[in-house]
Amino acid sequence: MLKFLARRLLATVPVLVVVAILVFLMLRLTPGDPAAVLAGDAASTEQIAQIRATLGLDRSIPEQFAIWIGHLLGGDLGQSYYYKTPVTTLISQRLEPTLSLAALTMTLAVLVAVPLGVLAAWRFGSWLDRGLMAFSVLGFSVPVFVLAYLLIWLVSLKLGWLPVQGYQRIADGVGPWLVHLILPSVTLSVIYIALIARVTRASVLETLGEDYIRTARAKGLPETIVLKRHALANAAVPIATVVGIGIALLIGGVVVTESVYAIPGLGRLTVDAVLARDFPTIQGVILLFSFVYVLINLLVDLSYVFFDPRIRY
Amino acid sequence: MNDSARFEQLSIESASIAAPPPSAWARVRRNLSVRIGTCVLGVLVLIALLAPWLGTVDPSLFDPASRDLLPGQRGEITTLDGETIEHRFWMGSDSFGRDIHSRVIYGTRVSLIVGVATAAVALAFGVVLGLVAGTLRRLDGPLMRVMDGVMAIPAILIAIALVAMWRGSLPTVVVAIAIPEIPRVTRLVRSLVLSIREEPYVEAAISLGTPTALIMWRHILPNCIAPLVVQGTFICASGILTEAILSFLGVGLPPDIPTWGNVMAEGRAQFTQYPHNIFFPGIFLAVTVLAVNILGDGLRDTLDPKMARRV
Amino acid sequence: MTIPPERPAVASPQGAPPAARQSQPRGGPPGGRRSADMNGDGSILEVRGLTIALPAGGDRRSAVHEVSFEVGRGEIVCLVGESGSGKSVIAQAVMGLLPRLLPVTGGRIVLQGEDITHAGAVRLRQLRATRMSMIFQEPMTALNPVMTCGDQIDEVLQQHTPLSAPQRRQKVLDIVREVLLPEPERMVASYPHQLSGGQRQRIMIAMALVLDPVLLIADEPTTALDVTTQAQILHLILQLQRRHGTGVLFITHDFGVVAEIAHRVAVLRLGELVELGPKAEVLQRPQHAYTQMLMASVPTLRVDARPLDAQAPVVLRVRGLDKTYDDRRWFGQRRTVRAVKDVNLEIRRGQTLGIVGESGSGKSTVARCIVRLIDPSGGAVELNGDDIAHLPARRLRPLRRRVQIVFQDPYRSLNPRRTVAEALVEGPVNYGLARASALQRARALLEMVRMDASAMERYPHQFSGGQRQRICIARALMMEPELLVADEAVSALDVSVQAQVLSLFGEIRRRLDLAMLFITHDLRVASQVCDTLAVMSRGEVVESGPAHQVFGNPQHGYTRALFAAAPGRDFAFASTPGRDVTSGAAPS
Repeated sequence: MLKFLARRLLATVPVLVVVAILVFLMLRLTPGDPAAVLAGDAASTEQIAQIRATLGLDRSIPEQFAIWIGHLLGGDLGQSYYYKTPVTTLISQRLEPTLSLAALTMTLAVLVAVPLGVLAAWRFGSWLDRGLMAFSVLGFSVPVFVLAYLLIWLVSLKLGWLPVQGYQRIADGVGPWLVHLILPSVTLSVIYIALIARVTRASVLETLGEDYIRTARAKGLPETIVLKRHALANAAVPIATVVGIGIALLIGGVVVTESVYAIPGLGRLTVDAVLARDFPTIQGVILLFSFVYVLINLLVDLSYVFFDPRIRY
Repeated sequence: MNDSARFEQLSIESASIAAPPPSAWARVRRNLSVRIGTCVLGVLVLIALLAPWLGTVDPSLFDPASRDLLPGQRGEITTLDGETIEHRFWMGSDSFGRDIHSRVIYGTRVSLIVGVATAAVALAFGVVLGLVAGTLRRLDGPLMRVMDGVMAIPAILIAIALVAMWRGSLPTVVVAIAIPEIPRVTRLVRSLVLSIREEPYVEAAISLGTPTALIMWRHILPNCIAPLVVQGTFICASGILTEAILSFLGVGLPPDIPTWGNVMAEGRAQFTQYPHNIFFPGIFLAVTVLAVNILGDGLRDTLDPKMARRV
Repeated sequence: MTIPPERPAVASPQGAPPAARQSQPRGGPPGGRRSADMNGDGSILEVRGLTIALPAGGDRRSAVHEVSFEVGRGEIVCLVGESGSGKSVIAQAVMGLLPRLLPVTGGRIVLQGEDITHAGAVRLRQLRATRMSMIFQEPMTALNPVMTCGDQIDEVLQQHTPLSAPQRRQKVLDIVREVLLPEPERMVASYPHQLSGGQRQRIMIAMALVLDPVLLIADEPTTALDVTTQAQILHLILQLQRRHGTGVLFITHDFGVVAEIAHRVAVLRLGELVELGPKAEVLQRPQHAYTQMLMASVPTLRVDARPLDAQAPVVLRVRGLDKTYDDRRWFGQRRTVRAVKDVNLEIRRGQTLGIVGESGSGKSTVARCIVRLIDPSGGAVELNGDDIAHLPARRLRPLRRRVQIVFQDPYRSLNPRRTVAEALVEGPVNYGLARASALQRARALLEMVRMDASAMERYPHQFSGGQRQRICIARALMMEPELLVADEAVSALDVSVQAQVLSLFGEIRRRLDLAMLFITHDLRVASQVCDTLAVMSRGEVVESGPAHQVFGNPQHGYTRALFAAAPGRDFAFASTPGRDVTSGAAPS
C-alpha cells in the first residue's frame, strides 16, 4: 500500500512540471515584448527594463525558466502591475469567498446527487429514473449564468427572499454569510448535481449487473442489503472519482458565478486580471488552480485505498 | 450480467444463419433523443440561414431614440444609409438602441459555427495525437503527461488566457476553446487504439502481413468512429457554452459581432430593470445546448452502448 | 471393446492413485431429515412441464419448453446441452433468479412438496441458502471484491439464523475446514483477490452449503478452472454431497464431467428435453438421434499408435525458445516473469504436434512467438531452415506467409465491419496477388471448409461460431502456409461443432500435407488430433514424444497427474462403429 501511495505522489510531479512549463510558455507566446506585457499598458521604460532584469528576459529560455521556478518555489508569484500588490497577497485576500462558495456548492451537490443517482439506478427504467435523466441533461445544458439570472429574478427580485448580490465574510457573522451564499451555491450546484447523479447512476447500474450481485441474491439477502453492502461498496470508487472531477470542474464554474453574483473571489480576480491584461496575476491564479486540481486528484486516488482492498494488499 | 446481456447469451448459437441485426443507422434514426435533438437543431440551422428574412435588421444598427424598449414595442432605427425606419422590436432593445431580436437571430450563426468548428478542431488534433500515443510506445508516456498537464488547468482559464493573449476574433476563440478539449479526445482515441489492437482480428491482420498504416486505416479507425461522433457532439455543446461564457465575461469575441454572450454581457448592468436583455439570448442558448446534448445522448445510446454504461 | 463398470468416483488429487470406491446408501444422511421433506414420489425437486418464454425478436419463442425431470435425495442429476439449450435458464428459474424478461409461462417447480413456481420474493429469499443453494461458473467475479470471504459466508448465517456472532464465527470456520481450505483463520480474513480460482470456488461452495440445503444447483462450476483444480472441486462436491445427502442439479456442457459424477442425465436441446435416464443408459446406449450425435462427437482418449513418417522434412524446429516479461516501474518491484523457458520442438510435414498444459503453462506464448505476434527473448524458430525468431519487421514480412494462425474466439477473430470476401483476400493481396485471382482462390477454399460460396458477401455477425471458425481457417489457408497453428481453436465451440471442425482440420492436413501445431488444454481433443505431443508446465516442456506413448505411458509426475485428473477418462461413450472422427467422413 505504501508503494501505491508513493507511486501516486511521484506521479504528480511530471504533471506539475508540465503545468509550470505550459504557464511559462503562455506568456512567451504573446505577441510583443513579454516585459512590456508584464509591466502593463501604463508602464514607463525604466519599469520595463527593471522587469526585464528581474526575470532575466535577456537570458536564454531555460535560464529564464529556472529563475521563474526559483521564484515560484520561494513563494514569490510576482507583482500585480494593476493592483500594485504582490500576487500572493491578492490571492490570499480573495481565497475565503471562493473557498466558501466551492465548499458549500460541493457539499450540496454530493448530498443531493449521490442518493438521487443511487435511487435512479435501483429503480432503473421507472419514472423516477427517466425523470432524473431528463433533469440531468437539462442541468448541464442550461448555462450557469442564465440560471443565475433566472433565480435572481425569481427569488431576489420577485419574491425578495434573498439578497441579489454580494458577499459577507464569516468574520462578520455566519448568518449573513450563509444567506448571501445560498443563491450562488444553489445555482452552481445544479450542474454538479446533474453530472454526479448521472455518473453515480451509471456506476451503480454497472455494479448491479455484476456477478456477485447475483450471488448475493442467491444467498437470499434482501434487496436493501444487496444494494448497500454489495453494490454501493463497489460503486464507491467511480463515485469518488467523479466527485473529484466535479471539484476540479468547479473551478471553472466559480468564475462565472462570482461574476454574476459580485462575489469578490478568485474567479472575479481572474476575469478582472484578464481584462486588465495583468499577466502576473493571471499566471498566479492559473498555477494555483492547477495545483489544487492535482492535489484533489491525488486525494481521490488515495481514497481508493480506503474503498478497495485490492489496492491495500 | 444484466437482463439484456443474459438474453443475448441465450439467443446465440442457432443452426441456421441468423437474420442480421438492424444496422446502426436504422437504430440511430429510430431513437427518440436523436430525433428531438436533430429537429431542434434543424430549426436553429434554418433560423441561422434565413436570418435576413426573419424580421431582422442589420444587428449592428442602433438608434439612441430607441433605447431600452420593452419586447414588442415599436420604435425607430437608423439604417446604414442614414434612413430612419419604423421597426418592431420583438425582443426589445438594449441600452444602445440595438434590436435584440436581430442580434439574437444573427447570434445563432456565430454559436453554431463556433460549436461545429470547435468540435472539428478538437477531434482532428485529438485523433492524430491519440493515434500517435496508441501506436508509438516511446512517445506515449511523454505525450500523456503533457495531456494530463493541460487537463490540470481549468478549461475556462486556458480559454480566457489564450483569448486575452491573442486578441479575440473568430479563429482565435475557436482555437482557444478547442485546445482544452483536445486531451480528452486524445485519451479516448488512445484507449480505443490500445484496446482494439488486442483484438484477434487485428493480430490476424498482422500475421497476414498487412502493413501497420493499413491496419490503422482498415481495422482500427472504423471502430473508433462511433465514440468519436458521440464525443464530438458533446464538445460542440461545450464549445457553444464556453463561447457564451467568454463573451459574457467580456473576454470573448469583440462586441461588434453579435453573439448571445455579448448581448447578455451588455445587458447585465440593467438586469433588474430590463431583464429581456438576458432572457432572450439565454433561452436560445439554453435550448441550443440542450438540443445538442440530447442529440449526443441519443447517439451514444445507439452507437456506443459501452460508453453509455459508463457515463 | 468391453464397457467398464459404472464408476461415479472421480480421480483423487495429484499423485495418489484413485481410491477404491464404496457405494453409499441413498437413505437419510446423519443429521436426520423428516420424510415429509420429500415430494410425493420421493424426490426433493420436481420440475413438470416448465415453459419459459423469450421476449419477442429472439430466435425462438421459448427459452425452455415443457421440460420435466426430478432430482431425488442424495442424487446427482446432470443437465447437459450445448449453448442456447436453456440449461442455465432452468437453474435460475428454480432459484427464482430469472430476469423479468424471461417469465415462466407454464409448468410447475416443486421443492420438497411446495410449489415455488410463482412464489413471492419473501418466500424465495427464505428458501435460498436454507433449502436450495446455487454456485456459479466464474469464481473470479462471483464474490464481492470488497468484503472478506469470512464476512460473505457470515452474511448467510446472519440473514437466516438467530445465532450470535461467536456462534456464527464457529460455523464459518467449520464449513471452511469442511471444504478443505488450509489455514481457515487466514482464509476467513482474506479478500477474494488474494485467493486462487480453486480456493474461491471452495468459498462459494462453503457459502452454499453452510446451512445444509437439500438441493444444490451447480451452474458450470468447474468450466473456468484448470483440469487438476476441476478434479479437486468435483471430488469435493461429491464428498460433501454424499456426507450431507444433498441433491445436486449439475449443469455442464462437458461430457467428461457428466461421466465422472452423474447418477442420471438429462439432455437438452434448444429448450427441449430430448433424453432423460441413468448415466450408463444415456451415455452408452442413447435412444434419441441428437444424443447419439453428441456421444459420437465427444473425442475419445485414444492411446493406439499412429504411423509416423520419420523421413518427412522438418517444417518447424524450435530451439531453446525463451520469453521473459520484464515489468519495469519507476517505483516498486521489478517483476520478471519467465513465461517460456528453453523450449525445444519439432514438427514434420504432414504431422500434428499438440502442446497441452494448464493456464499459465506458456503454451499460448510459444504459439505466439512462433507466429511472431510476440518477439521471443531468446532461442531460434526455424521455418524450413529460416530462423525468424529475431528478424526485424521488414525482413520478416515475406516469411510471415509461411506460418498462419487460427485463434480461439471466433467472435473476435473477424473484423465485424468487413465482409467475408474482404477478410479472405486481405492476406494474398498484401503479397501482390491480383484481387480477382484472390477472390477465386477464396471461393475454392470456402468450398474446402464446407461453406457455401454465398458467404463471401456476408458479414461475420450473420454466422454462427463454428461457421466463423471455418472462415478463419479458410483465411489462414489463403496464404498457402507451410505451418498452421491452432491456438485453442476449438475450445470455444460446442461439442458437436467442435467435432466437425476437428474433422475439418484432419481433412485439411491430409489434403494439403500441412504441418500443424495444435495448442489445447483439452486432453481429449489432443488425443484425437495429435500425432506427437508436448506437455508444458510453468513455461517448460516436461514431457514430449509420440502421442500414444505420452498418453499410454506418461513418465513425468506432472503429466501423470494431468491425465489422472481428466474427468471420465475411463468412460467409453457410445460411438457409431467404424466412425473415425479424424477421417473427415462425418457429415457437416
